[in-house]
Amino acid sequence: MGIVIFDGVAYGMLLFLIGVGLSITMGLMNFVNLAHGTFAMVGGYAASVLMNHFGVGFFPSLAAAFVAAAGVGAVLELCFYRRLYRAHPLDQVLLSIGIVFVSVAVFTYVFGPTLQAFQLPPLLDGRVSLLGLEVGRYRLFLIACGVAVLAALLVVLGKTRYGAMVRAAVDNQRVAGGTGIHVQRLFFLTFSLGCGLAGLGGALSLGMLGLEPSFPLKYLVYFLIVVCVGGAGTITGPFVAALLVGIVDVAGKYYLPQAGAFLIYVVMIIMLLARPNGIIPRKGLA
Amino acid sequence: MNTAALRTRGLGISFGEFRAVDDVNLRLEPGARQALIGPNGAGKTTLINLLTGVFRPTHGTIHMGERELTTLSADKRARLGLARTFQINTLFPSLTPLLSVVLAISERDGLGAVWWRPLKRHTATFDEAHALLGRLKLDALADVPVAELAYGKQRLLEIALAMAARPRILLLDEPAAGVPEDESGELFEAIAELPQDISVLFIEHDMNLVFRFSRRISVLVAGRILTEGSPAEIGSDPRVREVYLGHGAAHV
Amino acid sequence: MKALALSPARLRGIEVFFWLALASSFFLLPDKLTLMSQIMIFGLFAVSLDMALGYAGILTVGHAAFFGAGAYAAGLLAKHGWSEPFSGLLFALLLCVALGYVLSYLVVRGADLTRLMITIGVCMLLAELANRLSSITGGTDGLQGVVIAPVLGLFEFDLFGKTAFAYAYGVVLVVFIGVRRVLRSPFGLTLRGIHDSRKRMLAIGSPVEARLRLAYALSAGVAGIAGALLAQTTQFVGIESIGFNRSAEVLIILVLGGTGRLYGGMIGAIVYMLVHDWFADLNPEYWMFWLGIFLIAAVMLGRGGIMGALSRLVKTGRAS
Repeated sequence: MGIVIFDGVAYGMLLFLIGVGLSITMGLMNFVNLAHGTFAMVGGYAASVLMNHFGVGFFPSLAAAFVAAAGVGAVLELCFYRRLYRAHPLDQVLLSIGIVFVSVAVFTYVFGPTLQAFQLPPLLDGRVSLLGLEVGRYRLFLIACGVAVLAALLVVLGKTRYGAMVRAAVDNQRVAGGTGIHVQRLFFLTFSLGCGLAGLGGALSLGMLGLEPSFPLKYLVYFLIVVCVGGAGTITGPFVAALLVGIVDVAGKYYLPQAGAFLIYVVMIIMLLARPNGIIPRKGLA
Repeated sequence: MNTAALRTRGLGISFGEFRAVDDVNLRLEPGARQALIGPNGAGKTTLINLLTGVFRPTHGTIHMGERELTTLSADKRARLGLARTFQINTLFPSLTPLLSVVLAISERDGLGAVWWRPLKRHTATFDEAHALLGRLKLDALADVPVAELAYGKQRLLEIALAMAARPRILLLDEPAAGVPEDESGELFEAIAELPQDISVLFIEHDMNLVFRFSRRISVLVAGRILTEGSPAEIGSDPRVREVYLGHGAAHV
Repeated sequence: MKALALSPARLRGIEVFFWLALASSFFLLPDKLTLMSQIMIFGLFAVSLDMALGYAGILTVGHAAFFGAGAYAAGLLAKHGWSEPFSGLLFALLLCVALGYVLSYLVVRGADLTRLMITIGVCMLLAELANRLSSITGGTDGLQGVVIAPVLGLFEFDLFGKTAFAYAYGVVLVVFIGVRRVLRSPFGLTLRGIHDSRKRMLAIGSPVEARLRLAYALSAGVAGIAGALLAQTTQFVGIESIGFNRSAEVLIILVLGGTGRLYGGMIGAIVYMLVHDWFADLNPEYWMFWLGIFLIAAVMLGRGGIMGALSRLVKTGRAS
C-alpha cells in the first residue's frame, strides 16, 4: 500500500509540474487555455529527440525541454494569445482547441502515433530503500522535482519583486497596470514560464506516462481537474489537488481495476460541489 | 407594532478590515419619499446593494414589514416586492423597451418558465406593458432597440422595469445621474407621479431632486448614518454642510 | 455592402425553401442519403448546443455526453427487444432531459472556468463509463446488432438509407419546430434577458439559476434525440459519439454557422459535413490539422460564423 501511495504521489508531482503553469495562466490572465498540454508535449518531444537522436544526456535534455516549451509558448503568446486576453471565453476555447488540433496533427505526422522510446538514465534506474519501502528511483526523482519547483515558485512569487507584480496583477489587473506595472510584459514572461514548466513536466513524463501525439487530449482533463479543484491562480492549491488526483487515480486503478479511471471523475465532482472555488480559494498567489 | 415598510437594525458589511457600511438603522415608512445623501464613497450604493441582496451583510438584519430579508437572495426579495434601479444603466441591450417591460411583467406573473406557448399569445402582458410605457412617455419608443435609446430615455426605462414588478418598495440609485438638463424634466415628472402607496428610497446627489421630492432625508457618511430629518432640518444642519463642503462653507 | 431588408413574410419563404431543398435531396442525391441524414442529425445536435451556449450562455465542451447517452439509450433499447423507433426516441428524450436536469445543478453554478471544466469532465466520465461497461456497450468496438423495426410498421430501414433519411428528416423538422417554439415563448425571452444582463434579471425577480437549469435540461433532451436518431438510422453506436472530440466538433459546427441564431446549427452542419465529406476523400489524416488552422484563423479574424456574416448583409427588421 505504501508503494501505491508513493507512486500516486509521484504521479501527482508530474501533474503538478504540468498543471501549475496552467493555474498561473488561468489565474493571472483569465485565459482558458485548453492547449496547455501541447507545451508539455513540445518539451517531451524535444527531450526525446535530443536523447534518442543526438545522444544528449537526460538532465541537459530536461533543461532543453524547458527552454523549447517556453520558446514555443513565447511565440504563440506574441502571435495569438495576447490578442485574446479580453475576448469572450468562447473565442479563447476555440483558439486553444485549434492549437491542440494543429499540434496533435503535426506531431502525429512528424513522429508517428506510437509511444516515444525512452531509456532511463542509469542514475535514476532501479530502486532505493526509503522508509522501509523499495521505491523506484525515478519516481523519487519526480517527487524531488515537484517539491523543488513548488519551493522555487513560492520563493519567487513570495519574495521577489517579480512575484509581487504577478500577485498584484492576479488580484486586480487594472489597478496593477495603474501602478506602473507593465502588465503585457508580465503576462508574456509568466506565460512562457508556465509553458516552460509544462515542457519540463512533459519531458519527465517520458519515464512514467509515456509520450505520444495524443498526449494533450488524453491528459487534458487531468490538468483541468488539478487547476479547478486546486483553485486557479494559486500554487499550493494545485499542489494539493495534484497529490489528491495522483493518489486517487493510482490507488483506484490498483485496488478497483474495474472502476479505475472512473474514480477520479467522481472525486472531481465531489470536490467541485464541496469547494466550487478550489481547495485553496484565491486570496493572492500562495 | 412595526409599521415600517423597510427596516434595518445594525446593518453593516466589512470587506476585510474595511467597514463599508456600519451599524445602520434605517426606517422606511409606507408611502415614504426618503432621500439618502452623502459624499462620494460614503457607502450609499453598498447600502442599496445590501438592501436588495446583491451583498450579504456581515452584521445586522433587514426586515420588510414582518418578513426578515437578511438571508434571502436578490431575486427572492424582488419577488416579495422590493424593486430597484441601478446607478449605471443595467438594461437589456438587445431587446426593446416593450420586450423589456413584457419580460419584467412575465417574470412577475410567474410566466418566465413557460416554454410551450408563444409569447405573442399573452396579450394582457403586452397591453399592460404598453400602458406602463405610456405613463412614462416611452410608448413612442416601444420598438426601438434599447441600445439606441437616448441616455435620458434609458434612465426612464430603468424606472419602468422597476415599476413593472408592482413593487411595494422602490430603491432608486441616483436616478438622475448623467441625465442632461433638457431630459431631466421627464425624469422628474416620472418620479413625481410614482404611486403614493409605494415607499421610495432614493440616492441622489442632485439637491434639486432631493429637496423637491423627499419628505425625509438620511445622511450617510463613511458608512454610518450621520443624521436624519426633514429637508428643512437637514438643509440648516451645519454638520451636513461641513461634510459636503468642508470648513468655512458659505452656503449649500 | 448595403444590407438587404427582408420582411417577415420573405423570411418565412426562405425558411420553407430551405426545408423543401433539404427534402428534395431525397430525389436529387440518392447516393448521398446517408450523408444527408447525418447532416440533419448533426444540425439538430448543434441546435441543441445553441440552446445551452448561444441562448443560455453556458459554455460547454461536453455536450456529446447527451448525444452519446441518447444514442446508447436508443441502441440498447432496440438491442434488448424493444425496436419501435418512435418510442426509442421518446425514451432517449426523457432519459437525457433527466440527466441534463441532474447535471444542471453542477453546471449552472460557478464561474465560466469551473463550469467548462465540469462539462468536459462529465463528458469524459461518461465516455470512460461507456468504455468500461464494454459488455453492455460494446466498448471501443461499438454497440452492434441494433435492429430497428419498420417506421409506423410500414417502412423498413433499407440499405440505401431512404427510410432512414425520411425518418430523420421528419423527426428533425418536428423537433426543430419545437425548439423554435420554445425560443419564441416567454421562456425564450427570459433566456435572452439572462444573456443580456443577469444582474437585471435578478433585480426583476427572475430565479436565474432555475431558468438556466431548465434550458440546459431541454438542450440535453434535444441532443439526446439527435443521438438516438443516429443510432437508429445507422443501427450502430460508436464510442466516439460520446467523447471530447465529438463535443469539440459540434462546438465548431455551431460556431461555423453562428451562435444565438436559430438556423446557425443547421447551416454549420451542412457546411462542415459537406467539406468533411469532400476532404476526407482526399486527405483523411490532415483533417484535424486543417480544422485547427481554420479555428485559429476564424478566431483571430473575427467571429459570428456564417450566420453572423449573413446578418450583417441582410437586415430582418427584428430586434434579435
